[in-house]
Amino acid sequence: MKMEKSNLQQIIFKNKGAFSFIKAFIAIILALILGAIILLLMGNNPIEAYSALVQGAFGSKRCFAETLLSTTPLMFGGLAFALAYRCGLFNIGVEGQIAMGGMAAAFLGYSLTGLPPIIHLPIVLIGAALMGAVWGIGPGFLKARFGVHEVISTIMLNYIAFKITGYMVSVKGPMKSLVDEMPASPRILSSAKIIRIWKGTRLHWGILIAIILAVVVYYILFKTRLGYKIRAVGKNSFAAETVGINVPRHFVIAMMLSGLLGGLAGGVEICGVHYRLLAAFSPGYGFDSIAVALLGMLHPFGIIFSAFLFGILRSGAILMQAMAGVSKDMVQVISAIIIFFMGMSEPLGKYFTERFMRNKDGNIRKDI
Amino acid sequence: MEPIIKMENIVKRFPLVCANDHVNFEVKKGEIHCLLGENGAGKTTLMNILYGLYGCDEGKIFIRGEEVYFKGPSDAIKKGIGMVHQHFMLIPVFTITENLILGAEPVKGPSLDIKKAEEEITALSQKYQLNIDPQAYVMDISVGMQQRAEILKLLYRGADIMIFDEPTAILTPQKVKELYKIMNFLKENGHTIIFITHKLKEVMDISDRVTVLRDGKVVDTVETSTTNPSKLARMMVGREVLFRVEKPKKKIGKAVLEMENVFAKNQRGLPALQELNLKVSEGEIVGIAGIDGNGQKELTEILTGLRKVDNGKIVINGKDLTNRETREFFTVGRIAYIPEDRLLRGLILDFPLYENFILGLQDNKPFAKGVFLDFIKAKEFSQELVHKFDIRGSNIESLANTLSGGNQQKIVVARELQRDPKLIIASQPTRGLDVGATEFVHQQIIKQSNEGKAILLISLELSEIMNLSDRIIVIYEGKFRGEFNAQSASEEEIGLMMAGGGVS
Repeated sequence: MKMEKSNLQQIIFKNKGAFSFIKAFIAIILALILGAIILLLMGNNPIEAYSALVQGAFGSKRCFAETLLSTTPLMFGGLAFALAYRCGLFNIGVEGQIAMGGMAAAFLGYSLTGLPPIIHLPIVLIGAALMGAVWGIGPGFLKARFGVHEVISTIMLNYIAFKITGYMVSVKGPMKSLVDEMPASPRILSSAKIIRIWKGTRLHWGILIAIILAVVVYYILFKTRLGYKIRAVGKNSFAAETVGINVPRHFVIAMMLSGLLGGLAGGVEICGVHYRLLAAFSPGYGFDSIAVALLGMLHPFGIIFSAFLFGILRSGAILMQAMAGVSKDMVQVISAIIIFFMGMSEPLGKYFTERFMRNKDGNIRKDI
Repeated sequence: MEPIIKMENIVKRFPLVCANDHVNFEVKKGEIHCLLGENGAGKTTLMNILYGLYGCDEGKIFIRGEEVYFKGPSDAIKKGIGMVHQHFMLIPVFTITENLILGAEPVKGPSLDIKKAEEEITALSQKYQLNIDPQAYVMDISVGMQQRAEILKLLYRGADIMIFDEPTAILTPQKVKELYKIMNFLKENGHTIIFITHKLKEVMDISDRVTVLRDGKVVDTVETSTTNPSKLARMMVGREVLFRVEKPKKKIGKAVLEMENVFAKNQRGLPALQELNLKVSEGEIVGIAGIDGNGQKELTEILTGLRKVDNGKIVINGKDLTNRETREFFTVGRIAYIPEDRLLRGLILDFPLYENFILGLQDNKPFAKGVFLDFIKAKEFSQELVHKFDIRGSNIESLANTLSGGNQQKIVVARELQRDPKLIIASQPTRGLDVGATEFVHQQIIKQSNEGKAILLISLELSEIMNLSDRIIVIYEGKFRGEFNAQSASEEEIGLMMAGGGVS
């Protein structure tokens, strides 16, 4: 018996990666349980609510497509946040970068005419990415040059981005459509649209771009010199600086790449879903992506899964509200609880693993 | 006489090692008992068991003849055992009094009775000649006083068995003498002291008896008066240790490092370095001796591009590198840098070993492959260095923070020497290392010097400087005060100048 336990201890010790995956899973389960209790207290039937949630996310072809549709920007956003975080930067500005990227995409989408799709769409997406990158470089530069905390500057730039995009499509805004009543820009040309992938649904190729980018970000972070240096700066900027890595420069680069991914998220939303700029077209994808990145353990492949989970929650929420009469906000409560448990999973996980890893005398195995 | 502490057949296993292997350890009341051993020999583990931080797999502990089972440090404290840790457990924004009463606050009605506590602490401080201001904030006081505050904390809590975990590591030679005085005074007052160290000199200076640990086993317990440093070293390392480093006559080549009239400021914008002129040539080891805080930190920083100079010129490897980027000091200047604070500046603790071995080398061949990094090469390289430098305890995939201090330092030394540098800047390269690792680092420095490399050695340990250097320069308040030939210099002369005396 004792032997078995120590074998298991060894296994856990050796497979920390898989183990952290299990930890995330446990956090989700615990959140759902706590969510169920809250639902009960509010007078709802949790089983009914959850089955509506699942049905809303997977119940039909259209539902599943919608799930994947909201997974897409979350995946971009999660990657954006994780990339900056790996460099030790907390980029809260993904939402603003999405807005600015979307604005650039819409503008290029309707104003450039006469181009074939094979040229037009890439130009639009690159434009969106560059616009996002500009929105990321700002805080990166301020941090590198003057030590301005990126949390402050990115939050402020979020407001600026919301107001700019709002103004652009307001009544007298420069991008306001002349045909529509609502605050929106003109529609983009069909040459700038991302084509749909699944007949009868809104799902488009953007999801594939996101998955490819996850692989690209993985390669950048873990296979390139740049990624190595970004991670070194993020883990110990003093050691990085001591061996001659230019720390401020990597702050700027990481924020630029992060903003680039955020801008691309906005561009893909415009070209794949809305086909025009709407004020506040992103329902908080940028903020959710912080949670996506953290739940995904800041690893590109983890983010693919966590983005999907948050996609399920988002699209399932609609049916949950309609069928079980549970407020959509409840879903946000549940996702907040998941994040809470993720945050707790470090100390909680440590507590339980330590208990498990104790020998009979109560000693902790220090190498865990 | 019944020993005050008796630990019988203590066994403590960690997954990869047996940290304590049937250890028998006895301490008599009122003695200073040294626990000597290399890093990783199991000294701290044994004391953590005694202090209740760890349980043990096998064995028994008796305090004053009574068998005890500690669930945690609070049980040990109740039995009168206290520990001064290597890293102090004081809260910087609290006063000494506030720190000391934490957890056992005296109250008067509903409010805290700080007055009473302060009086008690002042009285204790006077009784034991600790010279502590109970109202001072911890962040404002010197390291020495913080340590005395820790000792006072134990006294305040009524501990009469005190464990000191390498207390001298952070002290200057003068402060070490003061600590000895305090320890002797505590002894005279009937306290029992266990002193963990890996420095032979300290054992000889202060202890009554010494227990030597090696690889988790007790080698022997002896009366200090019946032994000598080389006997102890042999017990500790398991073989003969060379204290004198063999230095063959070398050819001194052309100058590699030249500093001309260099001025620089410290973190707070005050002048830290003034009028520095220095030349270090191929094949030469120049030692910078001085008491901590006299500009050594700033000196290493300007020589690695981490700090700007206000005036003057720094030429390395024939290139003017004044105020250039750190990267250029490595690429153009061909320096290697062994920083004094390896945890902060030398390593990335959350990176696996193989990523630490290529830190700073990531843009060089053969690791750089276009934009990519060749991690297979990095792992081969790491494996090679692990083998060559005998780095133990982990494989190259495990994180750097799983290694012992000596092995961590070996990683830094291995990595930096592998650069094939022209100039090696070694700042306290053996800080915190045990005899074996120190010997190893010293041999490496000598070897590199014999290969014609210029070496600047900055150290707080005068014996290290005297042992290795060809020339010795004393730094005092940011200025070079004098130069000695290592052959003819006396320790007294240099020591006097380090303290600000002597010829200027």
